Amino acid sequence: MASETLYDLKAISKKFTRGKETITIFESLDLQIKKGDFVAIMGPSGSGKTTLLNMLGGVDQPSGGEILFDGKRVDNLGEGDLARWRANNIGFIFQFYNLMPMLNAARNVELPLLLTKLNKKQRNQFVETALTLVGLADRAKHMPGEMSGGQQQRVAIARAIVSDPKLILCDEPTGDLDRTTADEILEMLQILNRDHGKTIVMVTHDPRAAKYAGRTLHLDKGAFVEREAEIV
Amino acid sequence: MGSLLSQISAVVAMNIRSLPKRLWMSLAMVIASAVVVAILLAFLAMARGFEATLEGAGSDNVAIFTRSGSASEINSTVTREQVNLVGDAPGVLKEGNTPQVSAELYVILDGIKKSSQTEANLPLRGLDVTGVGMRKGFEIQQGRMFTPGTNEMVVGAGVASQFEGFSVGSELRFGKNVWTVVGIFGTGGNVFESEAWADAKVIQSLYNRGSSYQTIRARIESSASIDAIRDYIAQDPRLNLDVETEASFFAEQGKQLRYMAFFGLFISVVMALGALAGALNTMYTSVAERTGEIATLRALGFSNLSAFAGTLAEAMLLAAAGGLLGALAAFLLFDGMSASTLGGSFTQVVFSFELSTDLVARGMVMALVIGLLSGLFPAWRASRIPVVAAFRANG
Ligand SMILES: Nc1ncnc2c1ncn2[C@@H]1O[C@H](COP(=O)(O)OP(=O)(O)O)[C@@H](O)[C@H]1O
Ligand SMILES: [Mg+2]
Repeated sequence: MASETLYDLKAISKKFTRGKETITIFESLDLQIKKGDFVAIMGPSGSGKTTLLNMLGGVDQPSGGEILFDGKRVDNLGEGDLARWRANNIGFIFQFYNLMPMLNAARNVELPLLLTKLNKKQRNQFVETALTLVGLADRAKHMPGEMSGGQQQRVAIARAIVSDPKLILCDEPTGDLDRTTADEILEMLQILNRDHGKTIVMVTHDPRAAKYAGRTLHLDKGAFVEREAEIV
Repeated sequence: MGSLLSQISAVVAMNIRSLPKRLWMSLAMVIASAVVVAILLAFLAMARGFEATLEGAGSDNVAIFTRSGSASEINSTVTREQVNLVGDAPGVLKEGNTPQVSAELYVILDGIKKSSQTEANLPLRGLDVTGVGMRKGFEIQQGRMFTPGTNEMVVGAGVASQFEGFSVGSELRFGKNVWTVVGIFGTGGNVFESEAWADAKVIQSLYNRGSSYQTIRARIESSASIDAIRDYIAQDPRLNLDVETEASFFAEQGKQLRYMAFFGLFISVVMALGALAGALNTMYTSVAERTGEIATLRALGFSNLSAFAGTLAEAMLLAAAGGLLGALAAFLLFDGMSASTLGGSFTQVVFSFELSTDLVARGMVMALVIGLLSGLFPAWRASRIPVVAAFRANG
């Protein structure tokens, strides 16, 4: 059922050239991700998790193969189209939060909305909703530097969801956080997936993080070994 | 999609807010462009003031006669006979039967410049009441006119302000001659204010000139009369004289001194290159520091044009701030300031710096060019930052 499929990766290959050396990360990778999935991609360091996520997010291009998003090819879009496509469809969550240090929480969350036609008042409403959802409504005026890592990542989550994208891509979202805080963040992602219907693809090497996902893919030597996650 | 403008303005605002992180480098860039602009403006204002001083002096309705090939007043001599012959030349105006001719002497005095306490030459011009009447805008500002036949002189306002000892009532000794300053005159800021004037007859006797003079000025109908006068001179072997309007005579001298503007421009350009190197460094550092931020914004869907424009705007803003600062400094330091420099006859010409809005505009253009050049390449680099850098930010 094509309409159920959000991502369809067909025979993806990826090579990096470093000087004269060519490193092949993926030879021929196939992957389907359904709408509403919460997928955890695991694997040892250097196995290509981030590279895969970058290709899913249109941030990096495969060397061969096709990436279909919602039935449309996206691997061959130009830079401008890709930027627009990202803005319309994807929320990113990074390991190191990637907040703008000179902007307060609300202005950070507002950033994706600057790419929309929303006016200032509407934008403020969206920002407030997103910050409330991550439990930080009272921190709207705080600067990133005044917040803990967990709080900053929640601001980043608010930024990722503020423009209501279908898909959230996370690269090691808990990699820089302590256990309790990491659990909070993962629960939040779970809620976004379960209650708000977001498709989530999360790269992690933390086995506990994978427990929150509905589907775990193990990446090793350029190929997947799929297992169902245990029910928490 | 949201307008590109809102992306760009957001990025520019972010860059500006992050300036304190790069405070010293940014400040250095501002100051460097301020210095360049201030120096450029100082030279431009000086050249402008100098030109105004010379151009303002010349009249189209006065012809100036010098001995053939003498080029300047100091090298010229004319005889009494030639003065009389010029009086009969076509186009020379008469009042009743008296031709409007001024036979003048031009000798050099040593003065002490107030600013540097060094010796400098100033011209003492010998003339009579007809000659005084040929100077546009002449007015006695202090004291009175010299009395013909006495050792009295009046001095121009520039002389009084730039040289020691030329106040009204003071007695001055030059060689064996003692002069009394009885008045200070103005001629609207032009070159004549850099002269001292006394009775031509007195100078003739004190300087053993007999009945000879150095230059002749004559009122003429219009600048068109010059051709007829030239013909008249050519036909009379006794008149080996050059003639031109006073306006073109001074304009010619002004041109010789344009080097000042060129020199200024040259110095400013050299300094601008230095400032540019520093500014480029500042901007490349800024881009390097913002790599993670730029890549993150790109990941969120911001265009690479916004990264480009944001960087360029930062550079332009810093340079423009420097430009304004430099213009302000130039205005406070130089505008209206008087200075003197060597004029056409190895005498000091006193002039003032004239900083006008069009010069300030030129200074700002210079600042913006520095901003543009120092921003362009870093901005290009900013726009080329790969989005994947966002995932490496911080780690
Ligand atoms: N831009 C690049 N140029 C060259 N090699 C790269 C580049 N990006 C990643 N790699 C290499 O690709 C491999 C996979 O990297 P990555 O996807 O970051 O792995 P992971 O996220 O699983 O740790 C690593 O060996 C890494 O060195
Ligand atoms: Mg990685």
